[in-house]
Amino acid sequence: MKLDPAIRDQVLATVPSLRAFAISLCGNIDRADDLVQETLLRALAHIDSFEPGTNMPAWLFTILRNLFRSEYRKRRREVEDAEGRYAETLKSHPEQTGRVEFEEFRTALAKLPADQREALILVGASGFSYDDAAAICGCAVGTIKSRVNRARTRLADLLAIDSVDDFGPDRATRAVLAGGGRN
Amino acid sequence: MGERGKDDAMKHRKTNLEPVAEKPESQDPMARPATTSPHKEARLGREVQARIGQQLRAMYNDVVNQGVPQHLADLVRRLSDQDQD
Repeated sequence: MKLDPAIRDQVLATVPSLRAFAISLCGNIDRADDLVQETLLRALAHIDSFEPGTNMPAWLFTILRNLFRSEYRKRRREVEDAEGRYAETLKSHPEQTGRVEFEEFRTALAKLPADQREALILVGASGFSYDDAAAICGCAVGTIKSRVNRARTRLADLLAIDSVDDFGPDRATRAVLAGGGRN
Repeated sequence: MGERGKDDAMKHRKTNLEPVAEKPESQDPMARPATTSPHKEARLGREVQARIGQQLRAMYNDVVNQGVPQHLADLVRRLSDQDQD
């Protein structure tokens, strides 16, 4: 039996935002596309477990996130050079934001703990409800709310502070700053 | 266009974005909590939050607007036409 074209179209329609989420997780567009590809393979192989009428994006995001957690995180060291690669993938960004400001934002986002960044992206960019985001991340709604709040607060702090010394002793943070060419 | 003006505005963003001007320079950085307390968060300017939301979506939509890469579209179509398990 072939896949219902309506379901197929729902999958296709979710691919662009799946990629955007994957890039925010991987920090690198090539690995993000690999991750999306694996997600699609996995999803279509198990399409029977998708209940028509339920939230296709949430279902696919959950699969992608689980794949990322189980496989891709082992290669975490690669994420440290994500900064430069990510910049390459985003050569043309929307004009309403100044380039310097945009780069600062991206650098700040990269400094957030992964859990907070993920929650912020799901709620603030992907447009998922707190409930859906909690389901995708396999945690309580309150946990998601708290992560989003902490992410926003931390970002606001980072974006308001220019001195490297204010960012604390974290090694990865310094690497990002050094690679980012600021100061 | 308007880029220079924005960059200039950037230099002053500390005051623009945080009208409640909270201490950053004067305070011992080690005294800053790793994650901020709820009452501090409540003081976050609406402007800052709006700016963060806007940049987040701009970054995200930049990728979304690239659409579906051909190889992924082909993959989905190919798998959809196969017999399911």
